[in-house]
Amino acid sequence: MNKNKVKETLNECRKNANFMVGFVILLSVVLVAVFADVIAPYGVNEMHVGGKYDPPSANCWFGTDELGRDLFSRVVYGSRLALWVAFLGGSIQLVIGVVVGLACGFFGKWVDRVLSFMTDLTWCIPGTILALAVVTLIGKGLTNTIIAISLVAWASYARTVRAKTLSLKSMAFVETGKAFGESNASLMFRYILPNVVPSLIVLVSLNLPGTILSTTTLSFLGLGSQPPSPDWGLAISNGIDSINRAPWMSIFPGLALVYTTFGFNLLGEGLRDLLDPHMKSQ
Amino acid sequence: MLLVICVSFLVFCLMYMMPGDPVDMIVDRKVSAEKKAEIAHELGYDLPFFTQYKNWVVDILHGDFGTSVRYKSPVSELMSARIPYSLKLCGWSLIFELVLALPLGLLCAMKKDGFFDRFTVNFSLFLTAVPAFWLGALFILLFAVKLNWLPISGYQNLENYIMPIAVTVLSGMGGTLRITKTEVLEVFNEKYVTTAYAKGLPKRTVMIKHVLRNALILVTTLVFMSIPWLISGAVVIEKIFGLPGMGNLLLNSIIVQDMPVVQAVLLLIAILTVICNLLSDVIMGILDPRIRLSLTGGDN
Amino acid sequence: MSEELLRLNHLSIDYKVKDGYLSAVNDVNCVINKGEVFAIVGESGCGKSTVAHSIMNLLPGGNEEMHGEILFKGKDLRTCSQKEMEAIRGKEIGMIFQNPLDSLNPVYTVGDQMAEAILLDKVDKTEAWNRVLKLFKDVKMPDAEERIKSFPHELSGGMRQRVMIAMMLSRNPELLIADEPTTALDVTIEAQILEIMKELKKTFNTAIMLITHNFGLVAEIADRIGIMYAGEMIESASVYEIFENPKHPYTKLLMAALPRNTKAEGRLQTIDGSVPRITEKKPECRFANRCPYAMEKCFNEDPETVYVSEDHFCRCHLIGKEEK
Repeated sequence: MNKNKVKETLNECRKNANFMVGFVILLSVVLVAVFADVIAPYGVNEMHVGGKYDPPSANCWFGTDELGRDLFSRVVYGSRLALWVAFLGGSIQLVIGVVVGLACGFFGKWVDRVLSFMTDLTWCIPGTILALAVVTLIGKGLTNTIIAISLVAWASYARTVRAKTLSLKSMAFVETGKAFGESNASLMFRYILPNVVPSLIVLVSLNLPGTILSTTTLSFLGLGSQPPSPDWGLAISNGIDSINRAPWMSIFPGLALVYTTFGFNLLGEGLRDLLDPHMKSQ
Repeated sequence: MLLVICVSFLVFCLMYMMPGDPVDMIVDRKVSAEKKAEIAHELGYDLPFFTQYKNWVVDILHGDFGTSVRYKSPVSELMSARIPYSLKLCGWSLIFELVLALPLGLLCAMKKDGFFDRFTVNFSLFLTAVPAFWLGALFILLFAVKLNWLPISGYQNLENYIMPIAVTVLSGMGGTLRITKTEVLEVFNEKYVTTAYAKGLPKRTVMIKHVLRNALILVTTLVFMSIPWLISGAVVIEKIFGLPGMGNLLLNSIIVQDMPVVQAVLLLIAILTVICNLLSDVIMGILDPRIRLSLTGGDN
Repeated sequence: MSEELLRLNHLSIDYKVKDGYLSAVNDVNCVINKGEVFAIVGESGCGKSTVAHSIMNLLPGGNEEMHGEILFKGKDLRTCSQKEMEAIRGKEIGMIFQNPLDSLNPVYTVGDQMAEAILLDKVDKTEAWNRVLKLFKDVKMPDAEERIKSFPHELSGGMRQRVMIAMMLSRNPELLIADEPTTALDVTIEAQILEIMKELKKTFNTAIMLITHNFGLVAEIADRIGIMYAGEMIESASVYEIFENPKHPYTKLLMAALPRNTKAEGRLQTIDGSVPRITEKKPECRFANRCPYAMEKCFNEDPETVYVSEDHFCRCHLIGKEEK
């Protein structure tokens, strides 16, 4: 019976084109990131692989940049940074969002009012601007940027978790748990949280592309990753400076970035259809 | 109003919590400690936190945003020189975005699941995956470098704005389009649309008078909510195309830690956000009689 | 006898769903004569609303497949173009819905919404406004002059339904389809609305197709009844016949479930189970799985329509056997 259910789920996944395509794309990105050392023909910062501003060739597939570094190798290594952004950013947002959302929904009253006000505040101020402010405060750098973006982007998690918690709180099984004398923490994390997980999975996959994009945007603006990091945003920023001489410098990192975020988007849409058919796009 | 106070407070905290002595940024490294203290005193940096905050707010209310550390000129002057460029960019982008996204969204909803709908929705989905700065790079490459139709950067002529506006519109359109579509589809399913048909109204009248009118209510709020996002997007666009707008000012000031400017720009954007929110509420009230009732005081 | 107004001929409607289709209406036949009230009665989900919406060509979606004919004054509405349909809606057939709040546009005043319909007849504005006022008085709207300028959310449920009725009668249609007009209302309001409908029927000689699950309502107002079960019309006859001489086991059970018959037992009789979702077409009686008299035949063969009398038909194997 359980086996059948797994089989059925797998079948449904296979039928969902969005999910499958997104999954395959992301799998390829993860594989490239893991085996970057094997795939990349040159080191990240290995200079004078060819000449400066070499166009794509058999030796350097994506061409070389202003220091004669192999762009293909740099794009490959850049995938690690993108996934690191997704992982760290996603985790921070998730933790803040879940804790705030649970607290709002579960305790209600003034806790809800104060935290909801904060959520609304971060919600209505544009993310890039707020993130810029945070970066000003804590300084440049990739990790700082991720933190800044995450401090800004948790609101959607908090809202979803809060709404779900509110509706779950009054359901019979939670009331039963309460009647058995379960502690608040246990009620929140053992009774309510598991029921929020499907929506959270969907939300994470829909939010991650945004996180990656915002972080690369900050890198592009010169506030995130600093040279000589192979960050895609930084690479595009470099590329624009020499767009007359070497257009490939901005094209290929961009393609890699779009490929990754598009993969996340598709996966998210697919997961939403599979796990949470009632959830509508915001 | 509470929001404005909160935001201004946060913005001020930002500066207060900045690592490093603000005086260091004004004066030379060689200046003696006593001289520094003197300057700090002169500028009021040695006062308690809340007094500083109060002074700052009072100055702003008098139109004085402080003096830029970098340019040595009043921040308000700097800003008023740059606002027109940003306004031009954002204003036109907003107009084009609406002119394109609203009819497309409506069309998608009407021909749901048709070829046009699927194509447009997938395309807009794809656009949301494309970062504006890369799209900008591609535009420059295609229209400026390869085809040589438009100038790469500059801010004097109309041609300079074509690419920035196009990029802003393209990267912002997808979301507006999809929300319009969902909104219109939702209204389609409303019973009063069926009633309108049952009355014998022709399809066109039903579409315009009943569907669009109601969908507009939510689309309006959407538009106002999108203005702050447009401004934040402008930071990137201005940087790519070298427009000397507010976004560029903010970015440069952050990089050189020119705090008075950063503060002022952030505050301005925050206030604008609040105003947009308020405006959208007011317009909602005008368009929707149910809300009008609650706005004029629900006591009668 | 009286003149025929609307005739449904073997009307079937299937919805295409994810895996296969859903049979919402199957082979429904019925006739509504001028000036009479024909009630369609059935449990929720039996397809009665679908029938009503299909007559007006107002089914949502477009993923449905229809067969059969809808003859209105001898003309098949299914062959009508969109333009012709628009001319019929409101002018010849009006329709009121279950929930009067959802059915009125929240952003226009009720008077505007009514005038909008009347203006389709190319009358001038003052004339239209006067007619709105008169109609409001016809449906006994309290403070008619005031209420014209109200928005739907400012009215009570009963008042909104009055507006709906007035709106749909504004162009004197010959047929009014009332889809559960009182279900969302209080019992006292229900009585008032019923009274209004009865009176209007008398004054305007409008035929009414009343869709309901409430037998009390039917007994009160209807001339003839059609009983629907799982998308099929299983029995149809005059009100008197149905109440006194029900033939189909389902009708009999429905009658037994009416409170008036259970005074002595002190307990309401119920019918076990619920209406099945029909997702595949196979020859069987759709009521067989809940029918206390089900025979083997009922599970393998479609029951035929059998006329008990000229104006009373029934679809049941039991009846067919009796007649033979």
